[in-house]
Amino acid sequence: MLYLDHAATTPLRPDVRDAMAPYIGERFGNPSGIHTTAQQARNAVEEAREQIAASIGASRPLEIVFTGGGTEADNLAVLGASRPGDGAIVTTAVEHAAVLESARFAERSGRAVTILPVDRWGRVSPEDVAAAVDDGTAIVSVMMANNETGVCQPVDEITRRVREVGSRTLVHTDAVQAFASLPVEVRDSGPDLISVSAHKIGGPQGVGFLFVRDGIELEPVIHGGGQELGRRSGTHNVAAIVGLAEAVKASVADRDRYRTQVGSARDRFEYDLRSRTNIEVTAGDAPRLASHTHVRFPGIAAETLLVRLDLAGVAAAAGAACHSGAIETSHVLDAMGVEPVAASESVRFSFGRDDDESTGAAAARIVSNVVEDLS
Amino acid sequence: MRALVAMSGGVDSSVAAALMIEAGYDVVGVTLKQWVGAGGAMPTAGCCTVSDAEDARRVAAQLDVPYYVLDYVDEFTEAVVEPFGASYLAGFTPNPCIECNRKVRFSALLDRTNELDADVLVTGHHARVKSDGDGWHLLRAVDGTKDQSYVLHMLGQPELSRIRLPIGEMAKTEVRRRAADMGLRTAAKPDSQDICFVGSGDYRDFLSENFPETALPGPVVDTAGVVLGEHDGVTGFTIGQRRGLGIAVGEARYVVDIDPAERTIVVGDYGDLLVDGCTVSDVSFTSGSPPADAAVTVKVRYRSDAVRATVQPSGDEWEVAFEEPHPAPAPGQAAVFYDGDRVLGGGTITGVVRS
Repeated sequence: MLYLDHAATTPLRPDVRDAMAPYIGERFGNPSGIHTTAQQARNAVEEAREQIAASIGASRPLEIVFTGGGTEADNLAVLGASRPGDGAIVTTAVEHAAVLESARFAERSGRAVTILPVDRWGRVSPEDVAAAVDDGTAIVSVMMANNETGVCQPVDEITRRVREVGSRTLVHTDAVQAFASLPVEVRDSGPDLISVSAHKIGGPQGVGFLFVRDGIELEPVIHGGGQELGRRSGTHNVAAIVGLAEAVKASVADRDRYRTQVGSARDRFEYDLRSRTNIEVTAGDAPRLASHTHVRFPGIAAETLLVRLDLAGVAAAAGAACHSGAIETSHVLDAMGVEPVAASESVRFSFGRDDDESTGAAAARIVSNVVEDLS
Repeated sequence: MRALVAMSGGVDSSVAAALMIEAGYDVVGVTLKQWVGAGGAMPTAGCCTVSDAEDARRVAAQLDVPYYVLDYVDEFTEAVVEPFGASYLAGFTPNPCIECNRKVRFSALLDRTNELDADVLVTGHHARVKSDGDGWHLLRAVDGTKDQSYVLHMLGQPELSRIRLPIGEMAKTEVRRRAADMGLRTAAKPDSQDICFVGSGDYRDFLSENFPETALPGPVVDTAGVVLGEHDGVTGFTIGQRRGLGIAVGEARYVVDIDPAERTIVVGDYGDLLVDGCTVSDVSFTSGSPPADAAVTVKVRYRSDAVRATVQPSGDEWEVAFEEPHPAPAPGQAAVFYDGDRVLGGGTITGVVRS
């Protein structure tokens, strides 16, 4: 099986599995306790927090809030920063559903929400963001890179422009897709809130973190026993948190190699496919993550192609998977002005850390053979 | 050889998949996503729900075959659900399963079979497909109590040659026993009785929600035109219906006619219900051409026996003449022609003939 769906999830790194092993074994303690067993677990969680803070350049470990994944980190950022009746939310039409649905939920609870349009590459203009922000804006949320197309947003420029117009406005970025290949570093001039998920970078599923700049108070989304300084209640998933920290460390150390090698897999794949069959690469001329390619095969239904590719040993994706597994129309492509028929003929391939040029070439051979058979 | 098995999450299609594996096919399981509730999610109650799809997925996993959910919501809505409401508004009693088989399962999905690199399409229907020197034949199921050949009458040679119905060879009890022997989770699952997109609720609630015009009241009259009472929507009635008329009269009364334009329900006694024949549109024949012998048996509703009749073309339609007077069939239902166990063809009933 050629697994080309790393944007959905990635295989666990062996070193991550090794680091987690003791915490699904003899070190089973609940960090919120007095005895030695608890303290062992507590130490592991705090060590993980320090590790992650160091990896992203956060000045204080407590700026890292552990969550049950990227979606929860996004919920905590968007909902936690905008209390009911207190502050508007500004975001874009291509955000992950974790952000968009949180914003819509907030809107139903009486908060003002602005969802900004994007250009045909799926990029929001910093001018539009600045124009939508005023002193009443609680939070601006713009993703670093899109999960479907891999297209990167000008987050630094947006942050700078927002600071000029909204003195109290927080800037959040969802770095879930970008973390594996782009530098995610805390800077005074950068975003105040950053979401990261473990399983997109070789860590376990169901764990992530939100960087929360020192001094920012968020309203919690999950209420309970007051863990994470009250910002995220619930017993820590210690093994997952240890795995998250290990994955962050490994991913940051490996980033330059990753970008080069995975980029060569993707580029070779696109080059070979173009030379053999009729394709259109979505936003191929925009700044994109090295790992992603989103390809339209004119005249071929994505659903049919994905089934045929799976039967031929290539795992790829289209749109966003809904609960039953059938394909839903992509709000991202819709926002980019892609015609519904083109959207329904588009497939996402996303490469991973072990892939290289030969992976791209092998994948292109299989894909072009299946496409030829369907044409 | 690869077989595409349409798996609904019920016991029949589960066993059908297993039988095709035993027969040496590479099996690919698929579930059709046909209907979504508000917000685009699959329904959580009734047939064709998330839990049915999950049952199908789990059975496929147990059988170790690939499995996919395919999106047929647009096709299903256009070909089945919208005509369902329109048909009731026209005073007809539609059979949505037949329209689904005609326009979705055995057309859109069958067309997909080649694209998905499969040689045959398999379903869990209780009916049989056989070939001999004369081509492909559609036959009643071995288990007469479960026979579903009625809802498959529209299949022709191009379809039948690519369809396999292994369950039609088995009694239902045998199907369940095989499922239990294999430890399939669907072995004891109750048979689905509902219209899939209506779910476990009343189809009239579905109609009044989705087609509000169907819930307008009107008079109930006798055959002389005397008003006996009022009803709350013609969609609650079908020709031949006896109970639930909402009127108190001495002898048994039947719905003998529905006038959708006037929203009038006409009731009468059993004698008023009897007719001599019916007209049938959109007639097709499994062999591709009409039978040489006009004397056939005809089944005019899913749960009734086939009766002797002759069939002959009449303009664009066909006319069925019953050998004995027969309770009026409901327009919108299918008239299916048989020669013994063999389905000759059929079409949609458009009206009754009284001599």
